Amino acid sequence: MWRYIGRKLFVYLLTFVIAVTINWMIPRFMPGDPVRSMLSRASVGNPEALQRMNDYYTGVFGLDTPLHEQYLAFWAGLLRGDLGVSVMLFPQPVLDIIMRSVPYTLGLLLPAILLSWIVGNRIGAFAARKKLLDNTILPVGYILTAMPYMWLALLLAWSLGIVAGVLPTAGGYAPSLRPEFSWLFISSLISHWFLPFLSMFIVALGGWAIGMRNMIIYELEADYSNYLQALGAPTRLIRRYAFRNAMLPQITGLAVQLGTVLSGALLTEIVFNYPGLGTLILQALNNRDFFVLQGTFLFVVVGVLIANFIIDIVYVLVDPRTRVQMTGGAA
Amino acid sequence: MRSLRLPAALAALTLAVTACAGGGGGNGEGSGEYPRNETLYTTGTAWGPPANWNPFMQGQYAVGTVGLAYEPLFLFDPNTSEYVPWLAESDSWPEENVHEIVLREGITWTDGEAFDSADVVSTLEIGQFGSVPFSNLWNFIESVEAVDAQTVRVTFSESRPQEWMNWVYSHPIAPEHIWGEKTEEQIMSDVNEDPVGTGPYVYESHTDERLVWERNDDWWGTAALDYEMKPRYIVDLVNASNDVTLGMLQQGQVDLSNNFLPGIDQIINGNETITSFYDGPPYMQPANTAWLVPNTTKEPLNDPAFRQALAHSIDMQQIIEGPYSNLVEAANPTGLLPLWDDYIDHELVEEEGFSYDADEAVAILEDAGYQDQDGDGFVETPDGDPIALTLEVPAGWTDWMEASNVIAANAQAVGINIEAQTPEFDLLVDNRNSGEFDLIINNERQASNTPWTYYDYLFQLPINEQQTTVNFGRYENEEVWSLVEQLAAVPADDVEAAAEITSQIQEIQLAELPAIPLWYNGMWSQANNTYWTNWPSEAEGAPKSAATLWNGWWQLGAITTLATIEPAGE
Repeated sequence: MWRYIGRKLFVYLLTFVIAVTINWMIPRFMPGDPVRSMLSRASVGNPEALQRMNDYYTGVFGLDTPLHEQYLAFWAGLLRGDLGVSVMLFPQPVLDIIMRSVPYTLGLLLPAILLSWIVGNRIGAFAARKKLLDNTILPVGYILTAMPYMWLALLLAWSLGIVAGVLPTAGGYAPSLRPEFSWLFISSLISHWFLPFLSMFIVALGGWAIGMRNMIIYELEADYSNYLQALGAPTRLIRRYAFRNAMLPQITGLAVQLGTVLSGALLTEIVFNYPGLGTLILQALNNRDFFVLQGTFLFVVVGVLIANFIIDIVYVLVDPRTRVQMTGGAA
Repeated sequence: MRSLRLPAALAALTLAVTACAGGGGGNGEGSGEYPRNETLYTTGTAWGPPANWNPFMQGQYAVGTVGLAYEPLFLFDPNTSEYVPWLAESDSWPEENVHEIVLREGITWTDGEAFDSADVVSTLEIGQFGSVPFSNLWNFIESVEAVDAQTVRVTFSESRPQEWMNWVYSHPIAPEHIWGEKTEEQIMSDVNEDPVGTGPYVYESHTDERLVWERNDDWWGTAALDYEMKPRYIVDLVNASNDVTLGMLQQGQVDLSNNFLPGIDQIINGNETITSFYDGPPYMQPANTAWLVPNTTKEPLNDPAFRQALAHSIDMQQIIEGPYSNLVEAANPTGLLPLWDDYIDHELVEEEGFSYDADEAVAILEDAGYQDQDGDGFVETPDGDPIALTLEVPAGWTDWMEASNVIAANAQAVGINIEAQTPEFDLLVDNRNSGEFDLIINNERQASNTPWTYYDYLFQLPINEQQTTVNFGRYENEEVWSLVEQLAAVPADDVEAAAEITSQIQEIQLAELPAIPLWYNGMWSQANNTYWTNWPSEAEGAPKSAATLWNGWWQLGAITTLATIEPAGE
């Protein structure tokens, strides 16, 4: 068991180091100088003044040292939790900016992923039992899962937001409110959260439902199901066994899907101008703020790695076979 | 039926959320809500979260820092071409190189200190730090002194009233008791989150998505100028995507949008509550000129005849009706904005100005020896070298990308091989500044008090290794530059003398075409009249000031728009 976790940890650590290195390289080997583009916005006429401002800010961002020193400094900063200083929000630390956006993204992602997974599995399992439901849910599920996140988001924003006018289409809360702990503000938060959540929920739902339906049909035709049936076990019991077995590939699927769901979430945020990491990435891109970009990507990578790790452990706990195999292997 | 419990719960949640979204739109003056009928919602200026309120960090300060909080001595009214006394009460030129400015009495900073001549002197002296963007003023200022509490005397070593007056109206005065003691480094990195200014608004709060200004009820202008700022709060939202902005504007969540919104013409035509300055094309007032800038150090773009042929080959109407669907107008061949009409030599333009004429373009190419010798459909240089030029516009600037495709196709039609390219903005700026490009489109110079700013942009010498703000085409012509310098020395109110010089400049400009004026980029401004009405428009009796929050436009009269708009339903 511990050897399994240890091995997994090593793989994740390696992935992390590679991800950080690539992450560090991207802004530094991309064309264009972040400091100069920041200064070009100031439209300074005097070339001497521009040179002095350039030198000053290059020093501030630590871009004047040799590359290997920059790389080591980046790791040192990373371990201290220091991701550098933002260009667009100079002189705010990148970490502060990201931490302001993270709650919004997590608030969207976690409910959307978990609820769609749970509900999708239930619907799928349900559909596998009833011909009529199967005939309706299956095609709907295929359409939903084939839908790009962004497109559904636009569709929802247009229909429920602009045409029906029931739900707000942009922002994290109404611009007429001051952030505070009041019913008015919280209800505004919820109503602004709902459409982005719904669009992610719906797209993810279809995939899980189809997967589950197929798995249940497969399991119900497996030998053990037939055997149980022959023994005269109640259908309820057989279905429960089938459901538990069908869950396992779905858990693996969750780990595999995380990355897709996450990028979908980033796009959805942009459509709804929701103040999470996706919108932050767009703003950072618009302002050539490589330091914020770098920090955000790092955050996303770490998040996906942690989530995968958790799923790995959950898998061991849920599936007795892996557990037995592992303890057997260790002995 | 166990498995239906969750979907049912979700459905219930949907209903609940919809219900509270419906109820949340109330208009009460609750503690946590900006009252809708006293709040102006704007967007279109901020491209990133508000970062600082430092009036010296030009181009980076938050929307309204200069204009709402910090104010200049004068405004410049582009409709009348007059300087409007603002913090100053009057000014005079006792000698040709001495400018005396008398300040208004009774103005205070928002922290209660009195505003006086020491503040003006200290602000100008901060410009002696090399990294302050207006430090070039000290190339021609000899001294600045406070004669008494209300009078400032500026003595020039070299008389450049046009350039000086540009500073006077475009740059604000900062309080000496706060900024006077700071070091250069402090000045250039101070976030200054609660700015102490003299202006009609004070900082209220901000998040990454918006910035809120609250009216300063003790503002001097209410008594002195009879300007009553109607909105109690101004909430400026950071730019979202075009779709989001369009949606918010139509839903009345945004009162004024200063974004370029493709297709806005259809909405203005179809929706009574959405208005812009003109009811029909071009809908918007012109804000600046978009130029096609050739790199005049490269062959064959260093040949005026070749540039002429290129200018004649561009079918501007196709660009205006295509990518812009009539939201812009073709520029005058001199490139000067309509507000500078007095400075345009119309007779000369009639004779020498270019216009779209493909046959003429072909004829000019032939006369100058550009011929298609190898039969590939494109001309070669007189020496027989093939010509392959690129036209760069920033990736993602969709209107310019489409326009550049039209220009390339037009040029190819007369035999000039131009290919449109869309590098990243950063890369383009690098290429542009270091002179490693063939052709670019640029519109960085805005409307101002004097056409001198445009000629400075076109002709400034000497050429540096990096050309960061002006003369991107690296056009070198001592004769015309000395004319531009003469123009800078013309007294600010002497339009006739200035027009005489601009006519001479235009003669050279139209013959040489160092840059080809394309169209007037609009001052994108569309308003929703549900909560605020009486927006500036062409209609008789309506205000004519600019309705925009863009930096630099407050000083061109946009600040008065806040006093002339009216709450709806009163």
